[in-house]
Amino acid sequence: MKTVEQAKEILHKEQVWSFMQSESAVDINVDKDIILYIEGLTVSFDGFKALNDLNLYVRDGELRCVIGANGAGKTTFMDVITGKTPCDSGSAYFGQTINLLDKTEAEVAQLGIGRKFQKPSVFEALTVYENIELALKTNKSVLATLFYKITPKQHERIKDVIHIIGLEPQTHLLSGALSHGQKQWLEIGMLLVADPRVLLVDEPVAGMTAQETERTAELLTSLAGDRTVIVVEHDMEFVRSIAKDVTVLHQGSVLAEGTMEEIQNNAQVKEVYLGEDMVSEGGAA
Amino acid sequence: MSAALTGRLSIFNDKGSRVFLSALALVIVVAGLGNLLVPSDSVFHVSTLTITLLGKYLCFALLALSVDVIWGYCGILSLGHGAFFALGGYAMGMYLMRQIGDRGVYGDPVLPDFMVFLNWDSLPWFWHGFDQFWFAMVMVMLIPGLLAFVFGWLAFRSRVTGVYLSIMTQALTYALLLAFFRNEMGFGGNNGLTDFKDIVGFSLQADSTRVTLFIISAFVLALAYLVSKYIVTSKYGRIMVSIRDAENRTRFLGYKTEKYKVWLFVYSAVLAGIAGALYVPQVGIINPGEFAPLNSIEVVVWVAVGGRGTLYGAIAGAILVNFAKTRFTGIFPEAWLFALGGLFVVVTIFLPKGIVGLLSKRKSVLDAQSTEKAEAA
Ligand SMILES: Nc1ncnc2c1ncn2[C@@H]1O[C@H](COP(=O)(O)OP(=O)(O)OP(=O)(O)O)[C@@H](O)[C@H]1O
Ligand SMILES: [Mg+2]
Repeated sequence: MKTVEQAKEILHKEQVWSFMQSESAVDINVDKDIILYIEGLTVSFDGFKALNDLNLYVRDGELRCVIGANGAGKTTFMDVITGKTPCDSGSAYFGQTINLLDKTEAEVAQLGIGRKFQKPSVFEALTVYENIELALKTNKSVLATLFYKITPKQHERIKDVIHIIGLEPQTHLLSGALSHGQKQWLEIGMLLVADPRVLLVDEPVAGMTAQETERTAELLTSLAGDRTVIVVEHDMEFVRSIAKDVTVLHQGSVLAEGTMEEIQNNAQVKEVYLGEDMVSEGGAA
Repeated sequence: MSAALTGRLSIFNDKGSRVFLSALALVIVVAGLGNLLVPSDSVFHVSTLTITLLGKYLCFALLALSVDVIWGYCGILSLGHGAFFALGGYAMGMYLMRQIGDRGVYGDPVLPDFMVFLNWDSLPWFWHGFDQFWFAMVMVMLIPGLLAFVFGWLAFRSRVTGVYLSIMTQALTYALLLAFFRNEMGFGGNNGLTDFKDIVGFSLQADSTRVTLFIISAFVLALAYLVSKYIVTSKYGRIMVSIRDAENRTRFLGYKTEKYKVWLFVYSAVLAGIAGALYVPQVGIINPGEFAPLNSIEVVVWVAVGGRGTLYGAIAGAILVNFAKTRFTGIFPEAWLFALGGLFVVVTIFLPKGIVGLLSKRKSVLDAQSTEKAEAA
C-alpha cells in the first residue's frame, strides 16, 4: 500500500522530479540551532600555524563579526571551510550532518555557503549583468548550462539585485571598468543572487566611501535572520555598527568571544590586539 | 527581456560571422564551378590542384578553430592538438586502406600491402570494422574524443594548468609519434597509410570527387563554426571565460570547473579529429609525421596570428599562414621555420589580438574619426 502511495506521489501531475529541479534542496540539520560547528581546526603552512586549534560555533541566522590583526587567520578560516585549503586536523560541520572538509569548492557553494573575497574578484571580461547571472542559483551542471535559457523570473531577479547594489547604469558595462567600490558591490550582488544559507564576507567595506559603508552595514544586517552572515572586517566603526557577537582571532585561535562591549573590556584582547587606539576609541565612545 | 539580451542569442548578429560565412559560400561557388564548368583552357578555370590546396586549408582552418575554442575562450593552451588531428586522419586512412581491397601491389583481398610485406597472416583486431564507412566515421570522432576525455580528466582533475598542461600535451603527441613509427603498432610504420584508391565508391583521382571533398570540408567548417559559436555565446561560454580569467573564483560559484574543461576539451578534440579525417583523402597520405610536436605548435601560431577568442580569427589565421607557407616554401623552403617563428614573435609583441584585432582597432579609429567629424560639423 505504501508503495502505491509513493507511486501516486511520484506521478502526481504537479510533481517536479528531483532531476528536473533546478536546485536540489539541501537538507541541513539545525535542530540544535547551530549551523556551523568548527572544532580543533589546525592548518600549517611550512610549519607556521595559520590556524591553531580553532573552535567556533555559529548559530543559525546570526550575524557574527570576526576580527583580528593581520595574519590572525581570518581568511584562512574561510578558505578551510569552503574547501580551498586542506586542513591538518579538526572538523567542520554544516548543520549536524554535513562534513565540509571532504567537499570541493563547488560542492560547498552548491550546499549554500557563499563567499565574498577580500580582494574583489569579479569576472572582468564579463558585464555586470553576466557576472550576476553566473552567480544565480540555478542548475550548475554542464548540460543544463549548455542549453540554458534565462527565464523572465530569473531576469527580474537579476535586475532586482542590480538595483539593490546600485549598478543599474553599469548593467551592460564590462565589470573590469568598474571602480574598486563598485566591484565590491558587484561581489555582494553575486553573493545575494546565489541565495546562500551562509554568507562569508571578507572585508566588505575596504575601499568604500562612508556612505557606501553605511549602506553595506544596512544590507548585511537585513540579511541576517533568514541567513547566517559571518563578516570579517578591520574597520572597527563598521563592526561596531553591525555586530551583536564578535569573535576575536589571534594567532590562529579564538582569543575572546562576546558582545562588542565585552570584547572592548576584555583585558586580554586589549593587550594583544586592540592596543591603545582601540582603548582610546572605546573610551571616546 | 532587453534587446541587448535577445540580440546576443542570435548567432548571425555579429559582423565577423556574416563576413566569414559569406566568404566561405563565395569560395565554394567560384572554385567549384570554376573547376567543373569552366573549360580548362580558360583563364577562369580553377585547377584541381588549387581545389585540393583550398580543401587542405579548410581542414587546417577547422583544426585552428578547435584550438581557438579551448585556448581563446578557456585559456587551455594545447600544444598537442596535432595528435587528435592525426588520429582522426588515421581512422580515415584505415577505411581508405580497406577500400583498396585486392588492388594493392600484393593483391591480398583483405590485408593492406604493408601487412603482407611484414608477413602478417591476419588483420589485427583493431583493423576490423574499418571496411565500413560509418564505423570509420564514428571512430574518427570517438578515438580523439576518448583520448581527450582520459587525458583531460586526469589533468584537469589534478588541477594541472598553464605551462605544465601545455608540456603534457606536447609529451602526448610526441609519445604517439614514437608509437606510430613502430611497425609492430600496425599502422604502417614510418610510411603510414597511402596509395588510396577510392572513397565510398568514388575515385579519389576524379575531379568531381576532389571538388566534392572540398565542398564537404567547407560545409563541415561552417557547421563547426556555428556549433562553436553557439557554445561560446551560451552560458557555457561565459563560464569558459570565467574559468580562463579566474578559475578558482568560478569554483566558489558552484561550478565544477574541471567538468566544464574536460567536455570542452573533448569537443575540441573531436573537431580536430574530423579535420584530420577530411584532410587525409585530399592529400592522399597519413604518416606519423603528423604527430610531430612542431605541427601542433604551428596551429597555435595560426590562431595567434589570426587573433584568438573570435573563432573567425583562427580560421583567417590558418588560411593566411598556410597560403604564405605554400608561397614561401616554393621560393625558399629552408627559411620557413624562421619566418614562422619571426611571425609569432611579431604578432605576440605588436598584435596581441592578431589580424582581427588590428582590423577592429582600425575600424574603431575610423569610427571615432567620423564621429569627431560629425560633432565638429
Ligand atoms: N597559501 C599560504 N601559504 C603560506 N602562508 C599562508 C598562506 N595563506 C596564508 N598564509 C599565512 O597564514 C597567516 C594567516 O593568513 P590569513 O590570510 O588567514 O590572515 P588574515 O587574518 O585574513 O589577515 P588579513 O587581515 O591581513 O587579511 C598569514 O601569516 C599568512 O601569511
Ligand atoms: Mg584576510
